Amino acid sequence: MAIASVQLLGESPSPYVNRVQIALNLKSIEFEFIQENPYDKSERLLKVNPVQKKIPVLIHDGKPICESLIIVEYIDDAWNNGPPILPSDPHDRALARFWAAYIDNKWFPLYRELRAASTEEARKELIERIFEGLVLLEEAFVKCSKGKPFFGGDNIGYLDIALGCYMGWVKATEVSIGVKFLDEFKTPGLAEWADKFCSLNDFKEVVPETQKLVEIYKMFQGRGKPASG
Amino acid sequence: MASEDVKILGGWPSPYVMRPRIALNIKSVNYEFLQEQFGSKSDLLLKSNPVYKKIPVMIHGEKPICESLIIVQYIDEVWDSGHSILPSDPYDRAVAKFWATYIDDKWFPGLRAISRAEGEDAKKEAAEEVIAGLVLLEDAFIKCSKGKSFFGGEKIGYLDIALGCFLASLTVTEKMGNIKLLDENKTPNLFKWAEKFSSDAAVKDVMPETGKLMDFAKVLIAKSKAS
Repeated sequence: MAIASVQLLGESPSPYVNRVQIALNLKSIEFEFIQENPYDKSERLLKVNPVQKKIPVLIHDGKPICESLIIVEYIDDAWNNGPPILPSDPHDRALARFWAAYIDNKWFPLYRELRAASTEEARKELIERIFEGLVLLEEAFVKCSKGKPFFGGDNIGYLDIALGCYMGWVKATEVSIGVKFLDEFKTPGLAEWADKFCSLNDFKEVVPETQKLVEIYKMFQGRGKPASG
Repeated sequence: MASEDVKILGGWPSPYVMRPRIALNIKSVNYEFLQEQFGSKSDLLLKSNPVYKKIPVMIHGEKPICESLIIVQYIDEVWDSGHSILPSDPYDRAVAKFWATYIDDKWFPGLRAISRAEGEDAKKEAAEEVIAGLVLLEDAFIKCSKGKSFFGGEKIGYLDIALGCFLASLTVTEKMGNIKLLDENKTPNLFKWAEKFSSDAAVKDVMPETGKLMDFAKVLIAKSKAS
């Protein structure tokens, strides 16, 4: 049996895996999606990503590539078909990479801390910090989009994918704790962008529905029944 | 040809600041080195990097670029003088970026942990982790260098810069902790590479001298104990 030349190891609830799926779909690349449970790591995963032992891993012609944003850049480098994912201007590229790193290292981790927070005081502080980050991201959106609908301009690009793939979990958190993060009064540009991004097929085909993520959220918090399937 | 109105905001001890300076040297691009006063942040720094307020920042024309490895990629994309810093093959590029991320997120914090470790056992454990990391990087070197002198091949590249900027800190940690981290028996290729990297034309004038860096480290330690 022929092995697909492009394989993606991961699972759908992971926003990091979603990034790679969206990038592959943008370039119309056929790939085999191999389910990997990050909480029950297979031998195969440990073999292709021995250093970090994490999903996603892209395997192209037998060669593994790890780390979601590195994979997205790889896809943009290795395939010419479809629209470019990174901006063409070097300064715009530097900005996109800067904000993607900020989102991954500083902003989204606040959501994980929020999910684990045990006191009302801690929750309040984290929510405040998330909102502060959103104000920065609103400024970034205005700068990067230059009046167009997406960070990437007319079409979605690297930073749309980087931030957009977290929107499933942002919405699940909104439902779970009753706070609206993407507020059209506080951060109008971002709120509109999020609506547009989440209504794209690129997003809907890949990111699990909010209700499914809410169930997983509850499971992580130790409340409610574990999600099935 | 790109405008050469280039400034680097930084400080001589910082390994992160070394990275864009090496990259600019490779490209033979002149720049103004604006040194921040240790312990205070200039208005220019706060204005150019309001999110992190950290060095290095590169200012090209009027535009700031932040985060050392992002700056190195920017330099490689803007100037085609000298040689390419990132590998040309997409897979090699992805591998270089992967290891650079590992170095920044896991390995260098491990190195810093040695000087913070309290007690002999903790120090030994911290050192063992760093050595284990170097063994991984030895393997990465063999794969990336393909028999040549550097991670980047014949000439220094992205991953050489990403790791090499920490060599002076590594030496200082070895001397101050009286431990051997970069061992020619455990990681012979990296050992040889370290010597070659440090004496490269693009590197030698920006790598801090060990004695000077050690004095600086002692001042830092004294300050943190006093506070």
